[in-house]
Amino acid sequence: MDASVFQIIWFVLWGVLWAVYFMLDGFVLGTGFLSTFLAQDDTEKRVLINAVGPVWDGNEVWLLTAGGATFAAFPTTYALMFSNLYSALILLLFSLIVRGVSFEFRGKLDNAVWRGAWDKAILVSSFLPALLFGVAFGNIFKGIPMRNDFAAINFTYEGSLIGLLNPYGLITGVLFVLLFAVHGALYISLKTTGDLSSRAAGLTNKAWPALLAVAVAFLGYTYPATKLYDNFLKTPILLIIPLIAVASLVLVKVFAAKGQNGTAFTFSCLTIVFVVFTGVTGLFPNLIPSSLDPASNLTIYNSSSSPLTLKIMTVVALIFVPIVISYKIWVYRIFREPVTGKDVLASPEAY
Amino acid sequence: MNVLTLSQLQFAATCMFHWIFVPLTLGLSVMTAVMETRYVRTGDETWLRMTKFWGKLFLINFALGVVTGITMEFQFGLNWAEYSRYVGDIFGAPLAIEATLAFFMESVFIGVWIFGWQKVSKKVHAASIWLAAIGTNLSALWILLANAWMQKPVGFVIRNGRAEMNDFLALVTNPYGWIKFSHALLSGYALAAFVIMGVSAWHLLRKNETDFFIRSFKMAAVWGLVASLGVALSGDFHAVEIAKVQPTKFAAMESVWETKKNAGMSLLLIPDAKNERNSVETLTIPGMLSFLAFKDTAGEVKGLKDFPKELRPPVTPTFLSFRLMVGLGTFMILASLAGVFLSRKENFVDNRPYLLLMTIAIPAPYLAQQFGWLVAELGRQPWIVYGVLKTSDAVSKSITTTQVAVSLIGFTVLYGVLGAIDFFLLAKYAKKGPDSDLSHIINAQGRG
Repeated sequence: MDASVFQIIWFVLWGVLWAVYFMLDGFVLGTGFLSTFLAQDDTEKRVLINAVGPVWDGNEVWLLTAGGATFAAFPTTYALMFSNLYSALILLLFSLIVRGVSFEFRGKLDNAVWRGAWDKAILVSSFLPALLFGVAFGNIFKGIPMRNDFAAINFTYEGSLIGLLNPYGLITGVLFVLLFAVHGALYISLKTTGDLSSRAAGLTNKAWPALLAVAVAFLGYTYPATKLYDNFLKTPILLIIPLIAVASLVLVKVFAAKGQNGTAFTFSCLTIVFVVFTGVTGLFPNLIPSSLDPASNLTIYNSSSSPLTLKIMTVVALIFVPIVISYKIWVYRIFREPVTGKDVLASPEAY
Repeated sequence: MNVLTLSQLQFAATCMFHWIFVPLTLGLSVMTAVMETRYVRTGDETWLRMTKFWGKLFLINFALGVVTGITMEFQFGLNWAEYSRYVGDIFGAPLAIEATLAFFMESVFIGVWIFGWQKVSKKVHAASIWLAAIGTNLSALWILLANAWMQKPVGFVIRNGRAEMNDFLALVTNPYGWIKFSHALLSGYALAAFVIMGVSAWHLLRKNETDFFIRSFKMAAVWGLVASLGVALSGDFHAVEIAKVQPTKFAAMESVWETKKNAGMSLLLIPDAKNERNSVETLTIPGMLSFLAFKDTAGEVKGLKDFPKELRPPVTPTFLSFRLMVGLGTFMILASLAGVFLSRKENFVDNRPYLLLMTIAIPAPYLAQQFGWLVAELGRQPWIVYGVLKTSDAVSKSITTTQVAVSLIGFTVLYGVLGAIDFFLLAKYAKKGPDSDLSHIINAQGRG
């Protein structure tokens, strides 16, 4: 097979890994930052943490896989993405570190000050990644101010942390926060019982109009702010991807209003996945465009690994990703029952 | 300080901090799995209580190991972009494989193990800790294969202005990597054994739960002895490999300045790096160094003076780290050997001096491992990929001194606080001792 086939395969996998990561960690991040507002006492807080407890770590590994896949398949993109966005990604990293230990540490002492402090840590360290991922991807969609001379192996970056906080980056950040809020609220409504579950369902219905408004603004603003629509205008059949995203978003509300939160959650998963697919389809064949000069764009052609590495990684992915997916489904089935206050209080193993 | 120095400091600090938690995870995951398997086989509830107690310490430690691991993967791109671009074609693969093959397994099944006590059967529960343990151990394999590639680069060709993979099998079968893996893995088992022995000794000094802690101690003493001997043996193989492929590292480890055949090993030696000599060199065992390196007393050991100054690693810290590591490793063999015998005696709980020694010996394996990594990483300098790429050419170009200074301060504060909390919790739960009431598990899983 031609080398470019593997470059395209890895572009698709790259998009899929990010989409799956956001779909899975999205509800953990959402549950994290909503817990402050939804839970009314310590037991309810613990119910929420335990609702994501068995799965958060496995979900976060999708991020490491997305990062690792970028490194292995598109090393130049990996190198420039991480070093150019240094300060934003360090902040993201610190948040993810704090979030992980918060879940583990919070329940280890029965002390109101201790638990209160970790509650604040969970709020901030769940909210920030949602916002920062959105800001980062908004800027990637838009292009970042870099000049890359691939022949001379000379790369320069002219941006700054403040520069990332442009209106389009921010609106994408808000979009991610709201997507994860609705996603998290639906997850909570499914994984808890009684009053807590109803409050979460109520929040879904309240947050949804805001999400819709921001999504519409985002899709509209994308036209002047980015070149994402070029591919869709060239190949109109691709418009099915954003259409699925929009239809799913509408169906979230339709089913949530009927109280069918399981179906609504499925559509919320689809919304997130297809929002990411819309973005990466628009980017193709770029991974990260340059806002200064199209010749500086990081593409699947100028930033990929050698054909041999791509082939080996394809084989690894084809064998192991299905295995991972099957045992993850098994684990979600084991923990499919909602978590109750009674369970949490009766189980010393719980967070 | 410039971006390079700050980035080196940051990498060293985050790496060493990460490695405080990893070895205990490697060892304790497997030992906890063995305990739970014995419970499932025998129905003896003491094994269940051991599983729960040591498993709890394992989890508190595990949390920090996981979150500090994310830093490691991000950091190559953040601070070492030139490195990532230059070697990503071959170096990225083991990292991506690690995530797909090992990290998922570890993270998913640890969730089943923590939350599944009342959800899955006994056997499935025990299987989940085995899968998590195998995941952590496999994870170490891929990471160490990646690190071994930096030490002894294989399976690549310089093409298109970078190192491109041309032989994946060479990367996977790199002998340097497998020796390193066995050395690091066994040292993780030894460390876990010393933690179990130390905590058990602390309780035995207070005559708490003596049956429980004697049984724990006996098991750990055997693990500790076998693993420490294995560490020494694999270390010996490792030294031979280093002498062959990294002569500057070997010379720095032993502070050898002049190339000589039949090189001796001085038990007492003080390097004088400034004057390219050793100011003290006495109690020399003739031919020992040549024998260690080449299994032949006539073998020629390369001296540092054979290499240009700018291609030599920092000698004194490499030398001292190596000696300290070997000294601590020797202590660990002797201490666990004594433990195997003493813990079988009737009056073991009255042997206060030994129990006290083992309590305060908990830091020994930790220090040994930190020194070991210092030898590995300092000894490789000035290279980031030995003989292929210099560390100074590997650092990111688009980051500023301020950015790295701020992130380094951030890491120091964040890791300092989290590390202190983690040690506080570990100490608290270690002192608390095992739970006596496990009826909620026994009732859910069924007896026998």
